[in-house]
Amino acid sequence: MTFLGGQTGQRVVGTRPIRPDGVDKVTGRAIYGADARLPNMLEGRIKRSPHPHARILRIDASRALALEGVKAVVTSDDFVDLPAQEVAAGDGSMDFRSLSLNLMARGKVLYEGHPVAAVAATTGQIAEEALDLIDVEYEALPHVIDIEAAMASGAPVLHDDLFTAGVTPRPEKPSNVAKRIVFAQGDVVAGFAEADVVAEGRYTTEPVHQGYIEPHACVASWNADGQSLIISSSQGAFMVRAYTAKLLGLEIADIRSVPAELGGGFGGKTTVYLEPVALALSRRAGRPVRLVMSREEVFRASGPTSGSVAEVKLGARRDGTIVAAELVFKLQAGAFPGSPVALSGMCALAMYDIPNVLITGYDVVSNRPKVAAYRAPGAPIGSFGTESTMDELARKLGMDPLELREKNGAREGTRTAYGVVHRDIGFLETVRAAKEHPHYRAPLGPNQGRGVAAGFWFNIGGESSAAVNINEDGTASVISPNPDVGGSRASLGMIAAEVLGLPAEKVRTVVGDTASVPYSDMTGGSRVTFSIGTCMVGAAEKVVEQLKQRAAMLWGISPDAVEWKDGAAVPAGPNAGGFEPLPLAEIAAKAGATGGPIGATYSTKVQGAGAGFGVHICDAEVDRETGQVRIVRYTAVQDVGRAIHPSYVEGQIQGGVAQGIGWALNEEYIYGPDGKLQNPGFLDYRVPVASDLPMIEAVMVEVPNPRAPFGLRGVGETPIVPPTPAIANAIRAAIGKRLCSLPMSPPKVVEALDGAGG
Amino acid sequence: MTMKISTTLNGESVDFLCEPNQTLLEALRDRLGLTGTKEGCGSGDCGACSVIMNGRVVASCLVLAAEAEGAAITTVEGLAKDGVLHPLQQRFLEHAALQCGFCTPGILVAAKALLDANPNPTEAEVRLGLAGNLCRCTGYDKIVRAVFAAAADLRGETVA
Repeated sequence: MTFLGGQTGQRVVGTRPIRPDGVDKVTGRAIYGADARLPNMLEGRIKRSPHPHARILRIDASRALALEGVKAVVTSDDFVDLPAQEVAAGDGSMDFRSLSLNLMARGKVLYEGHPVAAVAATTGQIAEEALDLIDVEYEALPHVIDIEAAMASGAPVLHDDLFTAGVTPRPEKPSNVAKRIVFAQGDVVAGFAEADVVAEGRYTTEPVHQGYIEPHACVASWNADGQSLIISSSQGAFMVRAYTAKLLGLEIADIRSVPAELGGGFGGKTTVYLEPVALALSRRAGRPVRLVMSREEVFRASGPTSGSVAEVKLGARRDGTIVAAELVFKLQAGAFPGSPVALSGMCALAMYDIPNVLITGYDVVSNRPKVAAYRAPGAPIGSFGTESTMDELARKLGMDPLELREKNGAREGTRTAYGVVHRDIGFLETVRAAKEHPHYRAPLGPNQGRGVAAGFWFNIGGESSAAVNINEDGTASVISPNPDVGGSRASLGMIAAEVLGLPAEKVRTVVGDTASVPYSDMTGGSRVTFSIGTCMVGAAEKVVEQLKQRAAMLWGISPDAVEWKDGAAVPAGPNAGGFEPLPLAEIAAKAGATGGPIGATYSTKVQGAGAGFGVHICDAEVDRETGQVRIVRYTAVQDVGRAIHPSYVEGQIQGGVAQGIGWALNEEYIYGPDGKLQNPGFLDYRVPVASDLPMIEAVMVEVPNPRAPFGLRGVGETPIVPPTPAIANAIRAAIGKRLCSLPMSPPKVVEALDGAGG
Repeated sequence: MTMKISTTLNGESVDFLCEPNQTLLEALRDRLGLTGTKEGCGSGDCGACSVIMNGRVVASCLVLAAEAEGAAITTVEGLAKDGVLHPLQQRFLEHAALQCGFCTPGILVAAKALLDANPNPTEAEVRLGLAGNLCRCTGYDKIVRAVFAAAADLRGETVA
């Protein structure tokens, strides 16, 4: 495989064609999970726990089953009682037992909204009525919501079999601390002894939801021969198939999983909540079943990401050289282990070259919904405290905050605290581009402040596939196995077009189902354009080899004497013969006479993802009376390697920033003392609307990743990492007070201002 | 008690049956098969179900189907005419003003109503006009630009 890292002169890559699925999406024709319908379909509903923590004493569905129109009820008895088994999944790992217990409670409910049963009926209204007729007897148990309360001795324990991993000796008693992690390099004690200046702080964040506008939805159909069809909106049809098979004890080949259009995921659809339940209902009822979450269910029982407590301490010499860093992260996992605490720790300082580092993290369960991945899972939590403290350090040193970052910036060969050595990274180029941007020197208005922050995300590869098929008329149909969340059909088709030498509009990309293309890991980790793109190059290059062979056959020369140039076969040199270029379309037209169809699939485990770095500049204006913060200007600089479709790269950056602004200023899960979520709707959980935001300038730095097609890097996750500290630093500059707790909502800003005597 | 409702939907006379407690959104999606209109919240907060009813943008999840009696309703399916995209649809594509596409039908409908009422809006007016429509993917930047470009088209001022 030849990667054209850093080369220019491509004809398709770097242009902005209209995406192949665009018209379907502006005309209302695109089929999302809730739009799918199958003949004789039933409607399902899920019965959920009203208690944050309780023992299930008895479930009696007899009254529900007696209601006319009710066709099936399922409980945990319908799912395999799985042992604990951790497997790799997306950015992190998952445990099948937790997945199963989260999907349908067994013995205990662990949060308000935890499913206890599900029903299928001929109409949604009947299913709704039937929920009230399923009798569940509970014994309420004491609950714990707050992270540090959950860590305290004497806290209600969620899992009797949970003993803190990562500490020796193994604890004698179970607790809510699932795991302790440590990353260390050098000697922090000696490092801080060398420091002339120390900055430190304690930072907290609240759980926030991915907030995709499309609630989870699926249709599942069980057939009498045991074969099943699932149509659902998820970040991985293969994931849906594998998890459903595992939870229901089925064979993988008996499930065909068809990806519907995906109405946003941001990590929150890298798992299953509905599909195995719908299929279990269908198995009992013998008819297809549709399950769609309400918005309230989405908030109460899917996502969010962790709330956190972070303690950050940084030490530097007077010249600005950072010599030591000590970080402690405590992250909520929700009701089951699995917070992204390790990723918070790994990402927090990956932008810098610091000799002495100690990072400790705790993964803590409490009576909240189980967390799911959210765009660069853990990294924004890591960056909020760390990059806020960097700002304080710059102030103490009397140094420009971007210069401090440049001076300590990671470069080729920098070893991270988690052991990986950076290669081919563009952090310094990104910092310099931010420093040189006119925004950084633009004048500020009254009550305005400017903040900057940096961020890192790994980007990942993983098991991947793609197929490229040449059609009889010389066009190409290509298949991606990965649900398209933001234009990957366009970027992947463009990559294939570039290798084939076809215009973008002659290559059409579809997303395949699990029966039409080889296996691929989920859409996540900013991996799709990189990993599936790598496979597109592989498949397209195999196709080019076939095209060259066919041309050689037609010309009667050796395939070695044929080259592929600008979408046509040409003789490799004067000795090969004086043939005119043979365009792809002419070879395709003669495929039947030269050996049959032309096409290839390519599958591999892709490695070599190029890390993503971003540096953001934010101007915030504070209303001193109400405490409201407005973002008045925002510039996000990011190393994207090579922008395949620049509009969709910009779109990822702008969207990530907007989510970061919501996280910084508005969004939070609010619980009452009863352990119940008080704001499970968009009215009270306020995501940014158009009138809350300014234009967001995305600046794309292109430092090529030599291990990727055309030098590209994943781009989707990095942009959500710097916003929360960039905004906190801007508010600090505007009002002279440091806010250390997200969200920086009006009451907290007013409190900070009052504390200042204003 | 099933009711029969007569309405004008995307310019055509349409009769449909509904229950008294059914919403217009349910009627559009489940009775009439117009699934372009989306349900994102069911409480009028997200705008994914926006339709134009008698010239006003409404959240169809908060309108009873029975209220459609005698009304003129435009959904996303009614924006393109004879296979030609509305300038808003075309400009959304060119400006990459959609990512997942789930909010797009509601935003297009709200933007149409906005431009019908105000053919030459300021940025603040566009942002306020779309403030009832959540988009979680784009950060709105490209949406606002696409609306401006479509507004210019509709005013006949388009520059290539």
